[in-house]
Amino acid sequence: MLKMRSDLVNLREIYQKATQMQKVKILICSGTGCIAGGAKEIHQEFLRRMEAQGVNCFVTLEKEPHDKSVGLKQSGCHGFCEMGPLVRIEPWGFLYIKVKPEDCQEIIDKTILKGECIERLAYHKDGKVYQTQEEIPFYKKQTRLVLEHCGHIDATSLEEYLSVGGYKALEKALFDMEEEAIIKEIELSNLRGRGGGGFPAGRKWSQVRRQKEPVKYIVCNGDEGDPGAFMDRSIMEGDPHRMLEGMMIAARACGAQEGYIYVRAEYPLAIERLCKAIAQAHAYGLLGKNILGTGFDFDIHINRGAGAFVCGEGSALTASIEGKRGMPRVKPPRTVEQGLFEKPTVLNNVETFANVPLVILNGAQWYKNIGPENSPGTKAFALTGNIENTGLIEVPMGTSLREVIFDIGGGMRGGAGFKAVQIGGPSGGCLTTKDLDLPLDFDALKKAGAMIGSGGLVVMDENTCMVEVARFFMNFTQNESCGKCVPCREGTKRMLEILERMVEGKGEPEDIEKLLELADTISSTALCGLGKTAAFPVVSTIKNFKEEYEAHILEKRCPAKNCQKLKQITIDPALCKGCSKCSRLCPVDAIHGKVKEPFVIDPNKCIKCGSCISACAFKAIKED
Amino acid sequence: MRAEFMMIDDIPVEIQGEKNVLELIRKAGIDLPTFCYYSELSVYGACRLCVVENKWGGIEASCSTIPKAGMEVYTNTPRLRKYRKMILELILANHCRDCTTCEKSGTCKLQELAMRFGIKEVRFENTKKDLPMDTSSCCIVRDETKCILCGDCVRMCDEVQNVGAIDFVHRGSEMRIGTAFHQCMAKSNCVGCGQCAAVCPTGAIVVKNDTASIWKELGDPQAKVVVQIAPAVRVAIDEALGQKNGKNVMGKIVAVLRRMGFNEIFDTSTGADLTVLEETNEFLKRLEKNERLPLFTSCCPAWIKYAENKHPDLLQNISTCRSPMEMFGAVLKEHYKHSNKRVVVVAIMPCTAKKAEAARDEFKVEGTPYVDYVLTTQELIQMVRESGLVFDEMEPEAVDMPFGAPSGAGVIFGVTGGVTEAVIRRVADDKSINMLRTLAFKGVRGMEGVKETSIPFGEQTLHIAVVSGLANAEVLIQQIKSGEKHYDLIEVMACPGGCIGGAGQPFADREQKAKRGQGLYETDRMSSIKRAEENPVILSLYQGLLKGKVHELLHVEYKGKGQKS
Repeated sequence: MLKMRSDLVNLREIYQKATQMQKVKILICSGTGCIAGGAKEIHQEFLRRMEAQGVNCFVTLEKEPHDKSVGLKQSGCHGFCEMGPLVRIEPWGFLYIKVKPEDCQEIIDKTILKGECIERLAYHKDGKVYQTQEEIPFYKKQTRLVLEHCGHIDATSLEEYLSVGGYKALEKALFDMEEEAIIKEIELSNLRGRGGGGFPAGRKWSQVRRQKEPVKYIVCNGDEGDPGAFMDRSIMEGDPHRMLEGMMIAARACGAQEGYIYVRAEYPLAIERLCKAIAQAHAYGLLGKNILGTGFDFDIHINRGAGAFVCGEGSALTASIEGKRGMPRVKPPRTVEQGLFEKPTVLNNVETFANVPLVILNGAQWYKNIGPENSPGTKAFALTGNIENTGLIEVPMGTSLREVIFDIGGGMRGGAGFKAVQIGGPSGGCLTTKDLDLPLDFDALKKAGAMIGSGGLVVMDENTCMVEVARFFMNFTQNESCGKCVPCREGTKRMLEILERMVEGKGEPEDIEKLLELADTISSTALCGLGKTAAFPVVSTIKNFKEEYEAHILEKRCPAKNCQKLKQITIDPALCKGCSKCSRLCPVDAIHGKVKEPFVIDPNKCIKCGSCISACAFKAIKED
Repeated sequence: MRAEFMMIDDIPVEIQGEKNVLELIRKAGIDLPTFCYYSELSVYGACRLCVVENKWGGIEASCSTIPKAGMEVYTNTPRLRKYRKMILELILANHCRDCTTCEKSGTCKLQELAMRFGIKEVRFENTKKDLPMDTSSCCIVRDETKCILCGDCVRMCDEVQNVGAIDFVHRGSEMRIGTAFHQCMAKSNCVGCGQCAAVCPTGAIVVKNDTASIWKELGDPQAKVVVQIAPAVRVAIDEALGQKNGKNVMGKIVAVLRRMGFNEIFDTSTGADLTVLEETNEFLKRLEKNERLPLFTSCCPAWIKYAENKHPDLLQNISTCRSPMEMFGAVLKEHYKHSNKRVVVVAIMPCTAKKAEAARDEFKVEGTPYVDYVLTTQELIQMVRESGLVFDEMEPEAVDMPFGAPSGAGVIFGVTGGVTEAVIRRVADDKSINMLRTLAFKGVRGMEGVKETSIPFGEQTLHIAVVSGLANAEVLIQQIKSGEKHYDLIEVMACPGGCIGGAGQPFADREQKAKRGQGLYETDRMSSIKRAEENPVILSLYQGLLKGKVHELLHVEYKGKGQKS
């Protein structure tokens, strides 16, 4: 139990020393992706084999580990998910990719005991081998500040967090700063909300602090729901204490006594690690009553969301915590005035809170030097889609899309051409080649008709059908609409209906007009952010790819050859030898003909499975 | 303080404490359409029809925008008209459009707005849900194919009545209004007050219609159809058939009923006079023994249902008096028991819960109810229209003997505080006219949801509360249970404003309800008999028909969770 400042300082020093003495560390990425790839088995295998071999190995950070010991740690997400399971080995900084339990023995023998790099396990591209993590282009161009500990410390250990300077910002906020000064610092830093809105966090905090009501709440929005986004999950899984520290500082600054973290139940690992982190903080007295003898009381609860996307909206989220139906309400009153349990509430997202310790520790001036003036700091993005390096990245705000997609992301998978990137999830818009040099910051993207959103980047290559993309996102929002207001509930349903017709080749000439009219009504009149932005993917794809829509409607053709129902499989009579192989293979008996004469496909029966194409020895069957 | 103005369509309108821009717009004489706004309910903001455009082109829902000095909004721009039309079209695309056969035809808000906005074509496929009607309740019928999910019923049931029988289920385009565990209404915790139907803008929740059975009875020569009319009906029916001034048109009702073929026509207020005497006796006895206090009134069947569901421990505090309708029903059946015809007792009530009350086992003898049918004011309006009789031109007539005219005390039963005032008139030591006048200003009158008064009684002071709206009752009950408040007598009416605001009446706002209340007080002022105990009919009943049968005919014991409404 830490009773005063010196207790915390002493303990931190002990663990700092301990971790410095432990030279060799095996950091097994234990994010959700790598665990699915077998990270737990790899951890077990290392442990078993090192014990058998008599290697002095520690799975937890002890106060005085033997200086020749090996640390075996389950770290947070390293980010390079495409290449998982990942294992990083310190002090050399080797990053091994796609590691299997069978590789453990070799790693112990060669790397742990001799310090050699096993090149076959290292990342290689275009004939070049990259031994250390820092050399890999994916990491080289990143600035990992919020994610600095993800992949570098044991994600389940408060001691490890302390050993890398954890809770120093809290210490500073509690002992060296007035409450107003904390808010001033956050305001000066111009830290903007990472959940998508980009509202200045400092302004929000000071509004809450100003409220006369003595009971106040800090709520962390971990209801990350955009398809393909997993930034917040990785922070919660990989560095939970940083986020807690941010919340504690917010509570101190605003005068709140209780905090809630709203996490989706689909993030069991994040919940497990957060629960553990909260329990640890309690055990050390960093949460609870009279924290470090300052008289500051604060506690954090976890609330699991049932998976409704709309619960990421502030008022729906607080309603959900209160046990009510997760539906947005009309504003005013705003959340800062009457939020959770009708009390003044600071509601920020995971990444925003994770930024707070950085700002407090290094000062607003330092923070403002990162990224552009209006959107300082870094931003985590989740790269997904048809991109070479899918994964979690962090770059300074203002980095261009081109750098993110081509330098860090490694360009399109399989060398296909770039077509578009959907940014901001189902509330965002798509950006195309002409937007590649746009700086990624709140204001520039807004001008371009997109939004930074929470940071999901879905990259699409030339084989992607944009009408289908619009249909996909509309299907998502339509499913996730809470059903409260008419434009969103009924309007998205009708937009989806039209888009579904289009991809099936049943579009009508007036459909584009109808879509735009619906989009205008929904965007202008819907009650909450979900509704107001629901039509953005459709509008931005119509704006950028109108010809694709027209091809679907007028020519009943999918230019990207993506829409199943619009595919046509035909047999070229000049090439067909009449061998009948395709006819025998066809699962729906759609191909007929006389042997040794050209066969014909009945388009009404054909289900476009493509099995005939691969079977034809004469390449006579084509799809277009 | 200087007056503050905001600009509505370039016209300055003074802000006088309006809670939102919508109220201000309506004050400015613009009937901005809404489905989900009622001043007595919380602001829900879901229909989005009340949107206005600000001077920067921003669109806001006026129901949830707070008026500020200098604000400039436009209510009728091309964009707004386009959006409103689209919203109506979207609702209609998902709606049963069999208007002509709908119970709500003619009073349906969706129908009205579709007409106002000239919606002649719906460009989307009709995807109305194929769901069966819920006809299980005696009081209301639910038809989800007509539901537009404005949530008015949900908020009414929860916020005003604290019942919460219905709520939203499912999400997005699958969203519906449902009961817990998808039980039918009859098995739910619905108390039958019908306020959901009163606020439903469409035909999704309507009051159960029993007019066909009445016509059948009226056409049966073997039936003697006896009808009693509740106090609140006489001050509301004219709103649909003539004037909206809340005046008592009892005489016209009697005339029209007689023309329609009802054989004997009486006033439920006579039953109310019986209630006053019985309830006062009971109250005095309990006071004397100081047991089972506070005494709760028992006239309102929705309140009884509510107490059975939520506060079975309070049932012993509820008066054992039957409601005036049931007292009078039993008296009528007893009176005509030797008739050579089949006696059918019909009650015309402002209330939907009365339909369920009439069907309760407690009010049946060998399976035959004391009151055979309950018609609401609205059903009577429909029957009058169907009969072609021009209500406005009816010459007023008097009710039949032997039950004749009631006292003024029995008539004011129809408004919140009326039962209490009638009881006070009986128990007060001072019987002077001055006492009556003072009493009117002692806090029992008015449309407030909770009223309190105290009157001297011998050595002691009686503390009395009057509540309407079950949520108000709940607050009071909690205060009593926690010991924070003490009362001797509590009048509870489920509907805000009392029976005049019943769900069987034409829909009325607070102002109109107040007019109805005034109508009843005026009748009381004009009646020569002010006190129930001075009504000669009542006195003769006690000496005759009721002799030895008071308990059997006028009292009841609710045994806990009764039948569902």
